[in-house]
Amino acid sequence: MSATASGPDPRTTRSPADDLGRRLLARLRPGPGGWLTAGFTLVLVAAALGVSAVLLMLTGASPSASVREIWTGSLANSTGWTTTLLNAAPLLLVAVGTCVCAAAGTFNIGQEGQVLIGGLAGAWVGLRLAMPGPMLVVVVLAAAAVGGGAWAALSALMYRFRRVNVAVSTLLMTFLALQLVTFAVSTRWFLQESAQGSSGIADAQSNPLPAGALLGGVGQYPSLQVNLGLFVALAAAVGVAVVLTRSRWGFRVRMVGLNPRTAQHTGVRVAALSGLTLTLSGAFAGLAGGLLLASPVSTNRLQSGLSDNVGWDGLLVALVARNRPLVAIPVSFVFAVLRSGGDFLSATGVPYYLVDIVKALLVLAFVVPPLLVNLVSGRRGARPSAAPAASVVPTEVKAAA
Amino acid sequence: MSALDSTSTILASGVRLTVPLALAACGEYVAERAGTMNISVEAMMLGSAFTSVATASATGSATLGLVVGLLTGLVIGAVHGNLSHRAQINTFVVGLVLNALVLGLTSFLITTQQFASHQVDLLSVPLLRDIPVIGAPLFSVRWPAYLLIPLVGLTWWLVERSRWGLELRAVGENPQAADVTGVKVNLRRRQALLWCGALAGLGGAYLAVGEVGSFNQNMTAGRGYIVIAAVIFGAWRLGRTLLGCLVFGVSDALRLALPPLGITLNAQLLVAAPYLLALLAMLLFTTQHREPAALGRPFERGST
Repeated sequence: MSATASGPDPRTTRSPADDLGRRLLARLRPGPGGWLTAGFTLVLVAAALGVSAVLLMLTGASPSASVREIWTGSLANSTGWTTTLLNAAPLLLVAVGTCVCAAAGTFNIGQEGQVLIGGLAGAWVGLRLAMPGPMLVVVVLAAAAVGGGAWAALSALMYRFRRVNVAVSTLLMTFLALQLVTFAVSTRWFLQESAQGSSGIADAQSNPLPAGALLGGVGQYPSLQVNLGLFVALAAAVGVAVVLTRSRWGFRVRMVGLNPRTAQHTGVRVAALSGLTLTLSGAFAGLAGGLLLASPVSTNRLQSGLSDNVGWDGLLVALVARNRPLVAIPVSFVFAVLRSGGDFLSATGVPYYLVDIVKALLVLAFVVPPLLVNLVSGRRGARPSAAPAASVVPTEVKAAA
Repeated sequence: MSALDSTSTILASGVRLTVPLALAACGEYVAERAGTMNISVEAMMLGSAFTSVATASATGSATLGLVVGLLTGLVIGAVHGNLSHRAQINTFVVGLVLNALVLGLTSFLITTQQFASHQVDLLSVPLLRDIPVIGAPLFSVRWPAYLLIPLVGLTWWLVERSRWGLELRAVGENPQAADVTGVKVNLRRRQALLWCGALAGLGGAYLAVGEVGSFNQNMTAGRGYIVIAAVIFGAWRLGRTLLGCLVFGVSDALRLALPPLGITLNAQLLVAAPYLLALLAMLLFTTQHREPAALGRPFERGST
């Protein structure tokens, strides 16, 4: 097994002499049933957009005007681009984390809480530690990642020792995280802001992070600011993609995801590995929380609304990307367009919630087709091709015993 | 206000907050016994709350709103069932997407529409309502609340005493064995989701046209997740699940009622209590094998 594991990619058993272009082309070509899947996806995406348009018309708004507003708010000028890219980075980080644990077949749905706890840890460190500028940013982001990771690790431990369903525990932990952050920002000795002026009123939020803890932008273009966070997120996506497909560790992770029992028999420590991937996924979500805190997308204060559904949306990004980190890059960009365009939309009378509907329908349009193909194409005969689908929508890791 | 009066007030508000939870929990209990970890119960409650208010506003009949709310829950249950127990999409994915979709849809529609306020009538039981302290809270409530009593009985009978329920529990415990004996596993699970949808729909509609009389954005505010917490807290037994609903309902009422009385309790702790208790219950119960053995595992013939 170790011989296979050290090979480049067990799925494409080609000789190393194969040139890169051919390998890439082979990856782009859909497998058996792939064209059908792609066709279904196209039809369903069209249906999703159609339903949204009909909904707009029923409520007396114009679909084309709404599309134009989303365009204006997100991609029409450099201000829009700045906002969109700022939104994309945390979404991508959350999605990448989701890909890691989904590859091991663990289903984390508590990213929203992990993002919040990441923000809490980052804010605590950023406000309590006195450090020179650039170092403080790194420490804040690291603390955020550790915080989110620790929060997810609690779920991993609950599964490891008491077999508590991971999806359920991460979901419940999200609500605990929200209350914990609310508690932190409304408690004087914890993180609540110092009272304002003579009135002595303090809102339920923390003090803003010191300037040294903020992530700066790159580039001196007139108004386009590319925040450093985007590069962190992109590096994470590429790094995770490479590690999952090209490293021995990544091979073990995917083996656990596809068949935990086989992995167990080949000597992989299944329980430890799936716990570790869940922790890593929490760490990525926590890092996203730190990014939200330290980049100009927020007010640089810890608030209970800091995460602003970034966790849920990042999870949806991963679902649309079918848990492939590199695909998550464009998908998170599309979702970021919807987020920043949605803000603009609400200013013109169409409720922001329209983009929530579009997002949910898009997810359905991307999640349903592979399983629909399974359903229609002879059921039993199509079984072997179901393996990728299983990693698209991971089932629970069964008790390996 | 005397201590007795405030007890009565808190109890009344506790009952009002418990009834929608208990109705939905009866449904969720059935779905989970059949092996579906159904998190779209939030979508069922929220969606039905919206349609019940919309129907009541359009027709002027709150009762009709209640019926349409129940049907909405059924539709969402059918969608969830077909996606996760026919097309075999992960049930958590389906639940998350349905929750997001229904939240988006209802939030969108409520900001574009205006609805008139309608509420079902109060029904007071003569004599019993005059009992001090507990009389008014328990026996002078909106009439759909009394539906809880037959529905709890029916749920218990269906699951514990009927053939359908026996097959349902088999499907939740060991789908492979159930399949071998000729039970249609995924059909039973879809049926359980329909039952769940109907009851959660009724719960959501009760919240909207029963207690509040109108709809506001995200009005269930995570009550569906509290229902899930209650079923877990109740260790997948109906009686304890309902007890969990009562505890969570009353603690919610306390959170709202205590500050005016001058008692300060940590609000965040009270909000977090259901989830915390559910997590603790899971930590304690798992070694006793209280949960349906196949909970959350999809069934497909030929795969383990």
